[in-house]
Amino acid sequence: MDLSGIGRYFFNGEVMLKALPLLASGLVMTLKVSCVVIGIGFGVGLILALIRTGTAKTRVVGKVVGFLIRLYVDLLRASPYLVLLSFVYFGLPFLGVNLSTFWATVITFSACLSAFAEETFRAGIEAIDRGQWEAARSLGLSFFDTMRHIILPQAIRISIPALTNWTVAITKAISMASAIALPDLLKQARWAQGIFANPSPLIEAAVIYVLLFFPLVKLTLFLERKWGKLV
Amino acid sequence: MNQIIENFFNFEALARSQKLLLIGLETTLRLIGLAVLLAMGFGLFLAVLRHANRRWLNPLIIAYVDVVRACPIIVLLMLIYYALPFIGIRLPAFWAGILALSLNGGAFYSEIFRGGIEAIPRGQTEAARSLGLTYMQTMRIVILPQAIRIILPPLTTNTLELIKASAVASTVALPDLLRQALQAQSLTLNATPLVAVLMLYLLILLPLVQLVTFFERRVKNSG
Repeated sequence: MDLSGIGRYFFNGEVMLKALPLLASGLVMTLKVSCVVIGIGFGVGLILALIRTGTAKTRVVGKVVGFLIRLYVDLLRASPYLVLLSFVYFGLPFLGVNLSTFWATVITFSACLSAFAEETFRAGIEAIDRGQWEAARSLGLSFFDTMRHIILPQAIRISIPALTNWTVAITKAISMASAIALPDLLKQARWAQGIFANPSPLIEAAVIYVLLFFPLVKLTLFLERKWGKLV
Repeated sequence: MNQIIENFFNFEALARSQKLLLIGLETTLRLIGLAVLLAMGFGLFLAVLRHANRRWLNPLIIAYVDVVRACPIIVLLMLIYYALPFIGIRLPAFWAGILALSLNGGAFYSEIFRGGIEAIPRGQTEAARSLGLTYMQTMRIVILPQAIRIILPPLTTNTLELIKASAVASTVALPDLLRQALQAQSLTLNATPLVAVLMLYLLILLPLVQLVTFFERRVKNSG
């Protein structure tokens, strides 16, 4: 071990400054992917949760739909992100489906997030007392009006702690997309490390990641303490 | 349909890549087993240290846990594998993977263990201590057996996530399942090895997912 190299190799200000533009472009890519993934993941998750709770009362259809959605959720929860991503990026081209690194990443992680979001939203919807349904429906509100005005505002509030938790986990995992050469923050840092033959950009990227996620991790802990854990 | 069978469920390609995949399976199982064990041990150690409430130690543990929780595991792995050699610390891919998974998993586990320990009323610790049990005995005989029952659900969820994360070790060229599958894919020009590995993972992890769901349902019914 040679600790004298720490300043020169880990915290080299000159290299860090030179690598900054590259890392900035990587950060923009990471944020862009994260936003799209969160948008699609929440959207699909909410729609699936609505379909599942909406069809729960009809016997045959409800059973089939419930089974299919549960299968989707369980399979995605059990798949390692990187394996799934590799399958989408390296496996699907054999079927003629050629995705860019950006879309392969977006599709993989949106699917994973939607699975967690479906579970969370559904648990939130089911946690609302049945009497509220019955009251709203007997006042003449349609299924969608009841959902939109009565159930969802409360259900989403309950879902927030668990949802933030999983969102943080998934957005952190998006850094794995550097393995399929998506030019995100981590990939650009590795690239810069190669150019300058110095790992300072890697340290720099790690610091940026921590600065990015630290407040979010704190927020999750705060929300869990305040509103309690649901899922 | 034929194209799918030809490219994704091709037994000939599977037979040809069998040897590679078996090596991968062994590596992955060793990696997972050791990493989960070490991460749990480390997490428990941190939680007990924190419970002991040493004034100068607590801020350090809190800072460690928060920073590691905020750092993606693959970034941690890259730091260990690609940055540490510059100051003369060279770890083989396997141990770099173990270290990254244990450091990361330990931080998450420690929060869970702490939650469990704190759920047991402080009075029990005080009663046990005043009966003459040492601190370690109090932990082992009184607190931990009760705490473990409370934390079983989050512990399962966390272990599931840790095992899922273990696939990142393939990015530092560790010949684990994923790495070997990609290797076999370029060798056979066929996606079957990748499908086989995805299924192997599902075989290991689907029961864990079921267990997590079971715990969630039990919590909901009792609450």
